[in-house]
Amino acid sequence: MFTIKQHLMAQSIEEGYETLVKNRNNVILGGTGFLKLGNKNINIGIDLSDLDLDYIREDENNIEIGPMTTFRSVETNKLLRENFDGIIAKSVEEIVGIQLRSVITAGATVASKYGFSDFITALLSLNTQVELYKGGIISLDEYLAEEKIPRDILVRIIIKKDGKRAAFKTMRNSKSDYAVLNCAVSDLDGEYRVAVGARPGRAVVKTISNEEVNNKIDEKIEAVVNEMKFGKNMRASGEYREMIAKVLIRRCLEELESK
Amino acid sequence: MEIKLKINGINKEVTIKEGEYLQSALKKLGFLNVRKGCETGSCGLCTVLLDGKPTLSCSTLAVRGIGKDITTLEGESVEVAKFAEVLTGEGADQCGYCSPGFTLTVIAMKRELESPTIDEIKHYLTGNLCRCTGYMGQLRAVKKYMEVK
Repeated sequence: MFTIKQHLMAQSIEEGYETLVKNRNNVILGGTGFLKLGNKNINIGIDLSDLDLDYIREDENNIEIGPMTTFRSVETNKLLRENFDGIIAKSVEEIVGIQLRSVITAGATVASKYGFSDFITALLSLNTQVELYKGGIISLDEYLAEEKIPRDILVRIIIKKDGKRAAFKTMRNSKSDYAVLNCAVSDLDGEYRVAVGARPGRAVVKTISNEEVNNKIDEKIEAVVNEMKFGKNMRASGEYREMIAKVLIRRCLEELESK
Repeated sequence: MEIKLKINGINKEVTIKEGEYLQSALKKLGFLNVRKGCETGSCGLCTVLLDGKPTLSCSTLAVRGIGKDITTLEGESVEVAKFAEVLTGEGADQCGYCSPGFTLTVIAMKRELESPTIDEIKHYLTGNLCRCTGYMGQLRAVKKYMEVK
């Protein structure tokens, strides 16, 4: 269990940011569902829940998710169910139970770059950007590629409404457990974007053209998987994950083909 | 710090430590049926309704309950009595430790879903673990309770 010396209900993003950068042990509090599993000593816990950052909305070009939006809202939101074949909503619906999903927040998951995340894998297969308070808007690929977690506040997740079709698959040892592996594939204008997460490291994405897949599907899946690294943890070995990755990618491609 | 929480429609004051969770605050206030279970967010024992939504009180900071309607089993006595009757009628009574969280989730589901299928019921209740009696009797009872007016 973590300990907090002081809890700050931030009245603005600026106040939250200024507090965050003052001390290495000042931490932004998301849902705190995962944070509580560790034993971190937090100097100031910065709470953003009073800043109206719990929203899912759209404009002409994008769908935006506020960082304090819970996974339960993501799961049940009509907009997310109707776009991208619903994969963003589907990606969170097997995570433990609805009571925990009412606590976990989208922003904390993405900002923490959790390797086990199903949500990040779904977002990564799409054209997704994150907006950092000081760092501005960058692609999710770029954000995840940076090893360190920046001392910044994630203020928005932005998904381009580009009409992508998509499929999401996950493999679990038992229902509601963390994923052994997850995979999301999107398809737009002749290109498949293949994201694989819970390797158990952070999700990564590779692209292949539709034409290549149509001609040599096994060869192309093999090539994509060979470019990814798979490791072991208590849930599965790296070799097992690699085999599962091929199966899940193929199932996603077949699902897209059948749509 | 001292905070005010609205629990079952009644305003209460409680002194909490920084970073204290809602489950612990409710226990201090005498709501002993808000149980402490796994404390990893997996079992659903500590479920309360926060603005009507089933939420883990062991994973929700007490300060985040400020300004919200918090409902424990005591706040749902009419529905609890109806569900208890169906539950015992199906021989699905339990040891009682997980019952408060389970019952609150079932009540919330009845309000949220209209005529749910067995698969929808199972999905909604995935976050409630029973450590003693199993699930089949409970599933029968929940299905029947969904039809109770």
